[in-house]
Amino acid sequence: MRREHLLLGLLAAALLALPLALDRYQTSVLVLVFLSAYVGQAWNVMMGFAGLLSLGHALYVGLGAYVSAALFVHFGVSPLIGLLAAVAVCVGVAMAIGALSFQFRIEGVYFALLTIAFAEVARIGFDHLKWTGGAGGLFLPVAGSDGQWWNLRGGPLFFYYVALAMAAAAFALCAALRRSKLGYQWLAVREDAEAARAVGIDVTRARMSAVVVSAAMSALGGVVHVFYYNNVFSAQIFDMTRSIDIMLAPIIGGIGTLFGPILGAFILVPLGEGLIFATQALGVNAPGAKAVFFGLALMIIIFLAPNGIWPSLRKRLGIGEAKP
Amino acid sequence: MSLLKVDGVTKRFRGLVAVDTVSLDVEKGAIFAVIGPNGAGKTTLFNLIAGVYACDGGAIHFDGARIDGLAPDAVCAFGLARTFQIVRPFPGLTVHENVAIGALLRQADPQAAFAAAEEVLRKLDLWDRRAQVASSLTLPDRKRLEVARALATKPKLLLLDEVMAGLRPTETDRMVEILRMINRDEGVTIVLIEHVMRAVMALADQVHVLNHGASIAEGSPREVTRHPQVIASYLGAEALG
Amino acid sequence: MTLSLVLEVLIQGMLTGLVYGLMALGLSVIFGVVRVVNFAHGEFAVVGMYAAFLLFAALKIDPFVAMGLVAAAFFVVGYFLQRVVVTHFIRRPDHEQFILLVGLAIVMVNGMLMIFGPDARHVELSYSYDSWMLGPVLIDKVRVFAALAALGVAGALFAFFRYTQTGLAIRACADNLTGAGVVGLDVDRLYALTFGVGLACVGAAGALLICVSDVTPMLAPSFTLLAFTIVIIGGLGSMGGALLGGLVIGVAEALASLVIAPSMKSMVSFALLVVILAFRPQGLMGKRAA
Repeated sequence: MRREHLLLGLLAAALLALPLALDRYQTSVLVLVFLSAYVGQAWNVMMGFAGLLSLGHALYVGLGAYVSAALFVHFGVSPLIGLLAAVAVCVGVAMAIGALSFQFRIEGVYFALLTIAFAEVARIGFDHLKWTGGAGGLFLPVAGSDGQWWNLRGGPLFFYYVALAMAAAAFALCAALRRSKLGYQWLAVREDAEAARAVGIDVTRARMSAVVVSAAMSALGGVVHVFYYNNVFSAQIFDMTRSIDIMLAPIIGGIGTLFGPILGAFILVPLGEGLIFATQALGVNAPGAKAVFFGLALMIIIFLAPNGIWPSLRKRLGIGEAKP
Repeated sequence: MSLLKVDGVTKRFRGLVAVDTVSLDVEKGAIFAVIGPNGAGKTTLFNLIAGVYACDGGAIHFDGARIDGLAPDAVCAFGLARTFQIVRPFPGLTVHENVAIGALLRQADPQAAFAAAEEVLRKLDLWDRRAQVASSLTLPDRKRLEVARALATKPKLLLLDEVMAGLRPTETDRMVEILRMINRDEGVTIVLIEHVMRAVMALADQVHVLNHGASIAEGSPREVTRHPQVIASYLGAEALG
Repeated sequence: MTLSLVLEVLIQGMLTGLVYGLMALGLSVIFGVVRVVNFAHGEFAVVGMYAAFLLFAALKIDPFVAMGLVAAAFFVVGYFLQRVVVTHFIRRPDHEQFILLVGLAIVMVNGMLMIFGPDARHVELSYSYDSWMLGPVLIDKVRVFAALAALGVAGALFAFFRYTQTGLAIRACADNLTGAGVVGLDVDRLYALTFGVGLACVGAAGALLICVSDVTPMLAPSFTLLAFTIVIIGGLGSMGGALLGGLVIGVAEALASLVIAPSMKSMVSFALLVVILAFRPQGLMGKRAA
């Protein structure tokens, strides 16, 4: 444990000081890394801890983004307050999906499909919702508000620290959950729901709490996403490829581990950026090239190392993370 | 005083009567065996008691409260823990974690649960295996883990579904010892389904025989083995284990 | 909105629905036997569409003829996909199978995007705009042909599973895997054949779909969802259920396009899906799992 804490401290210090050595672009890449690690951590609560495969996780990110952005655009509500509304909406939707699924014993493949279906419903719904700009998207005013931190207005450097704090907080939260009574109940449910029931665990309640925690975390991810990009389009934010992006980092890093989503994000985001450069340099004007590569990476990882990279890396570093 | 009272319980599957108005009365502190040939409805009866299936008729009382209709987790919370015929430990978790999760039912603090689990693991000779992942255990160890996890929920009554099946004679003797100790030292009432007659004879105070879903006899092990209908339906066919 | 318009839309929906049903049939067959959810199913349908499109554009092969070629090619692809890749995942957890096929789906859809670009393509047949008048109701000829062809392929499949040795052996695998192994059936080979048959269905459906609809790579994920929706509504693993689900969805979407808006049609399917999952999770024609 000593060694783990030391490494963690060093990493934190390095990340706090890092922007000094980075240009604007590199900083913005790291913002994406942290956001990806953050949302990956949220997804991991459902899949990695409670064994619930959410294939439509973009739903919660998108809802969080839309709710907070609409409140800000229409009523000037600060995202710090809009966040509460975003979390409330996401938790409400998550509970509705959870109630539907767990009440009617929709499990496994069916549950995963249901999550996609709800994300699709949201995509189509927001496409037609005039109040949030419909298919044309919702735009946040950019000019003249820089530096209003309470409105989450700022440049890459500002968002660097926001996203870093989020990734760190999500890590801490998940580490605490993982060691809590609820965390062990999740693992039990993931491993064998019927056996979990037999030792007195209310499986429905455990699953519901995982869905709620994950949705609430994802809502914040959506809020920061929209205030960072200043726009949101239903066709993009709720798209299935976005949901897959969310899953990729924790899968490649290691499902059910605490460092997996972080490691995965540090690998995938820069790789994606590099691929964009590479395809541009090669003169391949192919919009799908990056995604083809990711698809292949996903297949190869799940083929060769279904537990992800972190478990084996952890052994080499000699760090003891509680076994998932 | 009876701890578990099963009153005329019936379960049908698609017209087939799996359990037919079966009644049991298990005294507090007893070791009670349910025997019968394959397909007699023993495991179905357990699933009814444990809340996995809903009864189509009859009532089940445990420790003064009516428990039929409750979910398995609620039944367990009442102090009635069960093991599965085909063991189902949490495969990816360690032995210690498996048992600690059982202990968490009575213990909100994980650290205390792990401490409680240690106690149980030492009692069942599994402490040396604590760091092993459950899926890597041998069958006898898994069977004991199954008992350990159930025991960690601090039950008043244990429902054991064929914990001896697949064990070699020496391992069976060890399990018999363990169950005796649990019953004697902890005051846990035990209801077990068992095919291994040697274990039934050694352990049980009272034996209940099922055949084709219906009760055909009940009594001490010696009485039951002399019962003509039992011999005809069961012991005659499979011989004394 | 006149009655004849409603009738027209209903009939169109049924005809298109049968082609959807054939596509979903492939998914259902694979799941019913191999117990793997083909998450790249819609992607295969779109590849089938492009294949028929290319055969028509380059060699002037009518899609109704190309259907056979595409189906045969897809059978081979499916056979080897199962033998080489998917077979390693049969005993792995659900989510790993899922992720493997999601990966494949991403590769396929973006590969098509790289090759064909995002623009819609279509096939212009000499009889593309022919139609019959049935009283006041106008019916497209191509849609009728496509629906009949879909029924034909589905019928052939029923016959295959009912009357051939191999078909019966595959059904034995689906019913009782251990038993099938015990009596000496080559389960790996039968699985590969099943995967091949499933993909042949979706390939044929793709070739038919190009006659009635434009193709873009971005259709693929929505087809995957469509196929799932149909199969779940009809009953996972039930062949008749897949066709029935196709009909239901075809009609529901056609009516939704007419009454609400074309872009809202999949909302109706999802609403149906939710209702079915909640109240009849085994689907319209599925058997309830014990």
